[in-house]
Amino acid sequence: MSVAAQPLANDHAHEEGHHEPTFIEKYIFSTDHKMIAKQYLITGLIMGFIGISMSMLMRLQLAWPNESFWIYEVLLGRFGEDGVMDPSIYLALSTIHGTIMVFYVLTAGLSGTFSNLLIPLQIGARDMASGFLNMLSYWLFFISSVIIVSSFFVEAGPASAGWTVYPPLSALPQAIGGSGLGMTLWLVAITVFIASSLLGSLNYIVTVLNLRTEGMSMTRLPLTIWAFFVTAIIGVVSFPVLLAAGLLLLMDRSFGTSFFLSDIYIQGEVLSYQGGSPVLYEHLFWFLGHPEVYIVLLPALGITSEIIATNSRKPIFGYRAMIASILAIAFLSTVVWGHHMFVSGMNPFLGSVFTFTTLLIAIPSGVKAFNYITTLWKGNLQLNPAMLFSIGLVSTFVTGGLTGIILGDSTLDINVHDTYFVIAHFHLVMGISALYGLFAGVYHWFPKMFGRMMNKNLGYIHFWITAIGAYGIFFPMHFIGMAGLPRRYYKFTEFPYFDDLANTNILISVFAFITAAAQIFFVYNFIHSIFYGKKAEQNPWKSNTLEWTTPVKHIHGNWPGEIPKVYRWSYDYSKMNKDETEYVIPGQDFVPQNVPIQEEEEEMTE
Amino acid sequence: MTALLIIIVAALLGITIWQISKIFKLSQPVESDDSQIATNEDNQKQGKIFLAFIVFLYGLMIYSFWELSKFYAPGASAHSEDYDQLFFISLGLIMFVQVIIQFLIHWFAYKYRGQKGRKALFYADNDKLEFIWTIIPVITLAALIIYGLFSWSEIMNVEETDETLVVEIYAYQFDWRARYSGEDGTLGEANVRFIEGINQLGLNESDSYAQDDIITTELHLPVDRPVLFKFRSQDVLHSAYFPFFRSQMNVVPGMTTQFGFTPTTTSKEIRNSEYMVEKVKNINEIRKNNENLDSDEQNYEFEYYLLCNKICGVSHYNMQMKIVVESEEEYQKWISEQQTFGELTAQN
Repeated sequence: MSVAAQPLANDHAHEEGHHEPTFIEKYIFSTDHKMIAKQYLITGLIMGFIGISMSMLMRLQLAWPNESFWIYEVLLGRFGEDGVMDPSIYLALSTIHGTIMVFYVLTAGLSGTFSNLLIPLQIGARDMASGFLNMLSYWLFFISSVIIVSSFFVEAGPASAGWTVYPPLSALPQAIGGSGLGMTLWLVAITVFIASSLLGSLNYIVTVLNLRTEGMSMTRLPLTIWAFFVTAIIGVVSFPVLLAAGLLLLMDRSFGTSFFLSDIYIQGEVLSYQGGSPVLYEHLFWFLGHPEVYIVLLPALGITSEIIATNSRKPIFGYRAMIASILAIAFLSTVVWGHHMFVSGMNPFLGSVFTFTTLLIAIPSGVKAFNYITTLWKGNLQLNPAMLFSIGLVSTFVTGGLTGIILGDSTLDINVHDTYFVIAHFHLVMGISALYGLFAGVYHWFPKMFGRMMNKNLGYIHFWITAIGAYGIFFPMHFIGMAGLPRRYYKFTEFPYFDDLANTNILISVFAFITAAAQIFFVYNFIHSIFYGKKAEQNPWKSNTLEWTTPVKHIHGNWPGEIPKVYRWSYDYSKMNKDETEYVIPGQDFVPQNVPIQEEEEEMTE
Repeated sequence: MTALLIIIVAALLGITIWQISKIFKLSQPVESDDSQIATNEDNQKQGKIFLAFIVFLYGLMIYSFWELSKFYAPGASAHSEDYDQLFFISLGLIMFVQVIIQFLIHWFAYKYRGQKGRKALFYADNDKLEFIWTIIPVITLAALIIYGLFSWSEIMNVEETDETLVVEIYAYQFDWRARYSGEDGTLGEANVRFIEGINQLGLNESDSYAQDDIITTELHLPVDRPVLFKFRSQDVLHSAYFPFFRSQMNVVPGMTTQFGFTPTTTSKEIRNSEYMVEKVKNINEIRKNNENLDSDEQNYEFEYYLLCNKICGVSHYNMQMKIVVESEEEYQKWISEQQTFGELTAQN
């Protein structure tokens, strides 16, 4: 391990006294950012498989609530006895589905994978600032993943109070079985996760600030790096607050303090808690919870910025506006948390303030969407699978984002709060969009990660079925939300009024099963291509960024010789020379960042 | 209709997969280049599929609005008119933007699909354009925010007058109770620490205001009279959601939250409204085919309800209370028949 840290201190150290890494050093306790990225990706994908499988069980239950399915008994054991799903396990599934997808797949799986892979490669660094902390960050994430999954094997079941784990429900085992040991495991898992996330984020920030190669000014950074960098900052600002909330909740649960609890009578006795408030917990939780949405989304937007520019063979439109939007979103994301609490009982005046800040976020988000569309305009679109997912992201980001205008308005939120309207909104805008970003990134950087290409035709099938399915699930879902259908209901048959929504629920479930099945194409393609994919060339997508100047075969320190210098920004696609007669480099429509300014070229003002 | 749609979707998907696999096979021998990078042919095909996709997306949106927007029930409170107007303006606006933007995304994906010999336009910046699409959302959103905030302060800041009926809604796992203030018009003091035996809501028996309080399992409201709800929870968070009255407020243990509205449509009126007659007929047809229901259950009659909308435990999905909106006389008659807290405790 110490060997791997050396090259960072000295660019040339790797040329001397280098020993072959052992299997453990290379694949398990690796400090190489490229290997850690792969570890994050594969762990994230496995967690994604678990998380999506849970949602399939929920969709099965919601579509046919009073029927029994043997699959419940197989997968849920005594919570699915005789093929009937227990109401408590339904709540547990929705809780752990949310937790896994938000934290484990879309935070660690997305940001962890691509920040690790791309930050050193795209800024021209030999590795992360601290390879050891980076390794520690992954292994903490791994431990945390194991803990959260293991909570399913606890007798009373895993945490079941919703992924937001609001007390008192999450604090009192008397209120729901999952709030016993299952909830303790949830808190431990999230605490370990926060430690992992902070180590990772600090590392990303330091690396971007200090290890950029010569010529790589902040205004020449690819937008991916800007996105990862700002994401890391939001993480460092907001995750500690969740830790505080979790810690106080742990104290209430285990040591009889009353931070969040007061005046409770449950199961025939008055509890001694006095003076706490659940609303305080909600504030603390959403102080992380809302920035978390952008922690999930910004890396996806960064990835697509890069992919859309490369595959459009055009510079990203409004590079500086894109950076400004990222910064504006980052700032605003920390002052809007209250829009999750319009009807929590907090002062209505606060609601007004949060409505104002929330709707402000639509402005930078709109700018980003418009800039993507203008980037497509008059391009020469190379419709690779990564590009399809990126365009798909812009589409779902707009569809999902627009309904945010309704939910962010405190008045309108009153009637759709906690209904399926919300579920549809956030699944489109952060779930599906971020997953598209993840897929786009995997298809695009697979050659860099594994030295082989993924099969494009399987990629096309994967995209189109997913695209149809995702809209098929979530567009009709807005309407059952408008009917007042509440979320986190085990079944709706107790309300005859909802009977006419049953068909729509079946429709949504059918789309969900098809969409989930389509992911098998991806899984097969991913695994098969790692071993048998076509060998990749060095720069398959004809891209400008520095990662494509490294050899296909991974080496410690990334570049065999000196680190390339940077002379330009990363978006000189289809740039013409002064006389507009020929590309800057004749016959080649891209100019990599390490190519000096040519004689016949007009330099962009920075 | 839905079943048909499912069949169509399944069939279309089947055809898609079949066609794509055919294309895949056909393209193998001709295309010696298996670099796994999009070729000219791929760009043509995928561009066209984008065009087909926008047709699907528009179709889905039209279907949803056509078939599913009927789920949005008419409002039955004084502020619901204002609420619905803001809702439909916002919905109209976002659908307008949605239709245009989605068209642009997919049309550009088709129109500018890669072609041999095509040169992309090097177009990096345009301050004027950036300014335009910053300022238009700013103005539209400012208008929406201001409109929304006026409605918000009107709905949330309920003035208590002599006419206002104050009702406590009390939540516990997994049911609701309503408490009326009785003749003195003041709710008696209450705390979970007073809960004992028959005194399920924890009223302070030594507080004289509590003696004439009336505790009920149904919520009866006189029409056209402002009601101010005071919410109290005994155990965990609940949320009192009155969908037909466009009202919702969390019920938080340890504090009292409040929300007010004025019901404007009686239960009888809404039951006989065109919307509800149609809907209930449809529901009863569905229920008739449900073998799990006995004949009594198969005949559903609409009643307003209050439901729990914040996860509160295993039976969260069945925590409801019937609401009856009736004329002032009917209400007075009903309330006079109810037992007061004083009478309740005296009995035991």
